[in-house]
Amino acid sequence: MPIVCATGCGRGIKTMFKRSALPVLTVLGVIIALWYAACVPMNSAWTAQQLARSGATMTVTETVGAAWSQDRPRLPAPHQVAVELWDTVVMKKITSKRSLVYHGWITLSATLLGFAIGTSLGILLAVGIVHSRAMDMSVMPWAIVSQTIPIIAIAPMIIVVLYSIGVQGMIPKAIISAYLSFFPVVVGMAKGLRSPDAMQLDLLRTYYASDAQGFWKLRLPASMPYLFASLKIAVAASLVGAIVGELPTGAVRGLGARLLAGSYYGQTVQIWSALFAAAILAACLVAIIGLIEKVALRRMGMRQ
Amino acid sequence: MNGLVFLRVVSNLVISAQNLDLTFQTNDGPVHALKDVSLKIGKGEFVSFIGPSGCGKTTFLRCIAGLEQPTGGQISVNGMTPEEARKARAYGYVFQAAGLYPWRTIGGNIKLPLEIMGFSKAEQAARVARVMELVDLSGFEKKFPWQLSGGMQQRASIARALAFDADILLMDEPFGALDEIVRDHLNEQLLALWARTGKTIGFVTHSIPEAVYLSTKIVVMSPRPGRITDVIESTLPKERPLDIRESKEFIEIAHRVRDGLRAGHQDDV
Repeated sequence: MPIVCATGCGRGIKTMFKRSALPVLTVLGVIIALWYAACVPMNSAWTAQQLARSGATMTVTETVGAAWSQDRPRLPAPHQVAVELWDTVVMKKITSKRSLVYHGWITLSATLLGFAIGTSLGILLAVGIVHSRAMDMSVMPWAIVSQTIPIIAIAPMIIVVLYSIGVQGMIPKAIISAYLSFFPVVVGMAKGLRSPDAMQLDLLRTYYASDAQGFWKLRLPASMPYLFASLKIAVAASLVGAIVGELPTGAVRGLGARLLAGSYYGQTVQIWSALFAAAILAACLVAIIGLIEKVALRRMGMRQ
Repeated sequence: MNGLVFLRVVSNLVISAQNLDLTFQTNDGPVHALKDVSLKIGKGEFVSFIGPSGCGKTTFLRCIAGLEQPTGGQISVNGMTPEEARKARAYGYVFQAAGLYPWRTIGGNIKLPLEIMGFSKAEQAARVARVMELVDLSGFEKKFPWQLSGGMQQRASIARALAFDADILLMDEPFGALDEIVRDHLNEQLLALWARTGKTIGFVTHSIPEAVYLSTKIVVMSPRPGRITDVIESTLPKERPLDIRESKEFIEIAHRVRDGLRAGHQDDV
């Protein structure tokens, strides 16, 4: 039976890919076309200024060409971002200060540490909340309030406070990252731990099972699908937290620093390539969690 | 003679309820779920509880299991309070849904109570094999619940309730969600299982044929407040092929059950 399914599913994915390749590529094509189109009005003002100064004229084709190839465009064209990404990711040595891999790693390490702290904290809080009504009443409101404060407002304070007690570098960034990522884990995990229905709990009562047995044998495994769903949100939030944590110090390292430096010096191509690097990194992190989820749930025997 | 019969009944008494009352406090005011329920169940009996929704049949079963606390009256299970009996793991309970853990194999699910009760690994394996054979599921130990039909899942949940060898089996509409044909088949198997194991079975149902076919004693209940309106001792033989349901005796008992249900409803109006 599992063999039949495995081949069946494989075939399903293949036909699905064939069917969805066209729409996916179409949407991608439309986005890129819109982007190129938007570059023309965004960047032509500068070209017009130059022309007015020199008294020269340009054909429409030349104007468009100029809009797509400026050094400091308001909106860089897709190929400019792609070239910058290629240069800073592949062509630079990864130890170079100009390598996006170098900056990406700085941010990623803070992200992973923050994600680990946030996830552990989230799971612990969820366990407490599910097992103690007092904790539910006292902790949950604060967890919710914590997420209503803009992270950009609280991040500098965290960095300043930690700096004053001698903590700096990766740790403050990881804490900001954890601050953002613990919340989805608390909410998802609490929901997951509460997901067994009254009948399932009654069944354990008929066995005279202890609370601990109920936790390990029923609540924890039942919460796994919920946990993984939250982890996907949490890992993306962790990355945002780490990047935001890099901004207030005027940091010199990390994707956040690249964003900040790019905006100081009007290096829009650099900003956009850092943005894309962050987006790609986030997508990879979410995909990795998704993969772990698939393997874990399959090994647990839960049908996907 | 009467005294002798009485003595025999007392020595074999497994479940005894005296003037049991249970009132739930709800937002819409108190609900009288059980009123003045008295019943004695002897060892090895197969007792069905039948009645419309809200007649307290499930509530009564849950009282026996110690899952609900009666607000009045006495109830004892194996001479203990239901709470003590639950602690002593005196009964296996089968719910309407199989409620198997999707992350455990069928064998793993049946092992669950054994793990909780601290049986040794070897003992667990032996017991799982034995009860799976008992419910005719041998060979499915490594399958996951989603790979089994609804009827097979329910059989696995019965095996799970049997695994730790409790003398009492409490079943709350175990076949209510299954189709007629599967249900007939499982009823037949349940009778065979009961004959082989000699367990005392409490069985909640709302199907008259099911109650008459399975039981040695049929308890007819009626709602608002939940109470017993009739207790029928079945005169059917212990050996019951499916076609016994066309016999005159069977139809007579079914009639009496139906009358009891109807009487309960007339009280209501």
